[in-house]
Amino acid sequence: MTPVLAVIGTNAIDALYIVAFILLIYGMTGLTGPRTAVRGNKIAAVGMAIAVIATLLRDHEFHGSSTWWLILLGLVIGTAIGIPAARNVRMTAMPQMVAIFNGVGGGAVALIAWVEYRHAFGGGYPLRSEIFELFGAIVGSISFWGSNIAFGKLQEILPGRPIKLPGASQTALNLGLLLIAVGSAVALCAGVHSQALFILGILVAAAVLGNMVVLPIGGADMPVVISLLNAFTGLSAAATGVALSNPVMIVAGMIVGASGTILTNLMAQAMNRSVPAIVAGGFGGAVAAPAGRAGAEGGTVRSTTPADVAIQLSYARQVVIAPGYGMAVAQAQHAVRELEKALEAKGVEVKFAIHPVAGRMPGHMNVLLAEADVPYDLLKEMDEINPEFPRTDVTLVIGANDVTNPAAKNEPGSPIYGMPILEVDQSGAVVVLKRSMASGFAGIDNPLFYDPKTSLLFGDAKQSVSEITAEVEAL
Amino acid sequence: MDRLVIDIAVLVLAGFVGYTVISKVPNTLHTPLMSGTNAIHGIVVLGGLLLMAESSGALEKVLLVIAIAFGTINVIGGFLVTDRMLEMFKAKEPPKPEETKAAIEGDGKR
Repeated sequence: MTPVLAVIGTNAIDALYIVAFILLIYGMTGLTGPRTAVRGNKIAAVGMAIAVIATLLRDHEFHGSSTWWLILLGLVIGTAIGIPAARNVRMTAMPQMVAIFNGVGGGAVALIAWVEYRHAFGGGYPLRSEIFELFGAIVGSISFWGSNIAFGKLQEILPGRPIKLPGASQTALNLGLLLIAVGSAVALCAGVHSQALFILGILVAAAVLGNMVVLPIGGADMPVVISLLNAFTGLSAAATGVALSNPVMIVAGMIVGASGTILTNLMAQAMNRSVPAIVAGGFGGAVAAPAGRAGAEGGTVRSTTPADVAIQLSYARQVVIAPGYGMAVAQAQHAVRELEKALEAKGVEVKFAIHPVAGRMPGHMNVLLAEADVPYDLLKEMDEINPEFPRTDVTLVIGANDVTNPAAKNEPGSPIYGMPILEVDQSGAVVVLKRSMASGFAGIDNPLFYDPKTSLLFGDAKQSVSEITAEVEAL
Repeated sequence: MDRLVIDIAVLVLAGFVGYTVISKVPNTLHTPLMSGTNAIHGIVVLGGLLLMAESSGALEKVLLVIAIAFGTINVIGGFLVTDRMLEMFKAKEPPKPEETKAAIEGDGKR
């Protein structure tokens, strides 16, 4: 390429980069409003595509004979895995899908840092680039492994309960690992040239740290953790961007880093938890302590039959359905929609009570019910529905547990005390559909089940709801 | 001006942009927003593309191919999943039967 053409080429690429990050920022602004969200997401995707194309157009991009097909190979593999995964994932499995997508992003950062280390360290590579690259390596590696653990917990490959070392040894171990990683980074910057040190001191130490940080966190806090790791990956991408002096990477990574941090805080607030408390070990310590007066032997439960529930519901004036993750797991949202239609045909007023963190992520339940075509105006937010419970004849709790637990209001000793809940215990009668007497995702017993006006219908939520619907229609 | 100063200025400003954008988001959009921002940090794929031409040796090339594949999964998967989620919020027309079927049959595989 002649120098003149090269200059034009470079400028064109810079211009494309600018277009790319304008689109990324504009698209993300759109994501924050319900009306503009779909378009915002598409705009951001276009921005991303432009950034990739601009990078491929660089002069010398395809230097070397094998480069172009290796790049193509990576892109094809990624596309071949990414598209089917995103298309086929069930709406219920969305949180773990986000976790794993976040994880691979972190993994990419760590691998890029490794190549940078092999390729450039010790050979006139500026110290500041080394610092940013090593920061990216540590944080990216933590994010990769932490996200994998989060995925495992949500997918229930790993137990959702906190797994941790006794006492303060967990904190000590984590601190030790962090010190090893930071110490190795300092040594590498100071000129020690050892790939073993990079692999063991940076990548492996951060990997173990990622595992150790997320394992002790209870499953109920996992969405907040994923959001936090999302912010981490963003920061590590921005750091890589500084090391490689690539403005789009800096902008995109940093926006995610900053917005992810805020979002993490917002999500924690919705659960009335603080981020440091979550990272320090979730509900772990609290579960070990006796959970207030409604212990395991705290009372008897009353079980019921679909026919009885159908009668209760059919003669009610107002029924509120409080769905939880259990409904989603059982894929019962379509059956629930049928029940709602059957009840409305009988003149019963049906509303849905949506807790901000119902399901496993804020907004998750709205997505699931929208998927089943439940009219949007029947979905009531917590603040809107809580005053309605005293006027409600029957509340049907389907696979929800912790978000209906009155202990959050009444028992200062409870680990979830202070969490805003759906006050279903205020309604005339409560029917709880449950698989078994196992406690909720947070691992806390629920006094609601022992309330005299509560009856429990055991079994698969989808089947139970279908049976109730059949009985309602037969009445 | 030193390139590093410019880079850090960009870093700081982008941080403020990110902060401002998220100041007010309804609860229901937290999940799609998390998923959407998640796709955006897939920008790391650029790092893989930038380094491939300079890399030497089989190990570096293998690492970069994996990095590019990871980054691509992050980008494409992230945007598609977010789009699917957001489409659910619109859901005025009944969902196409084959889509629902796929959604039910598809497993939570990665």
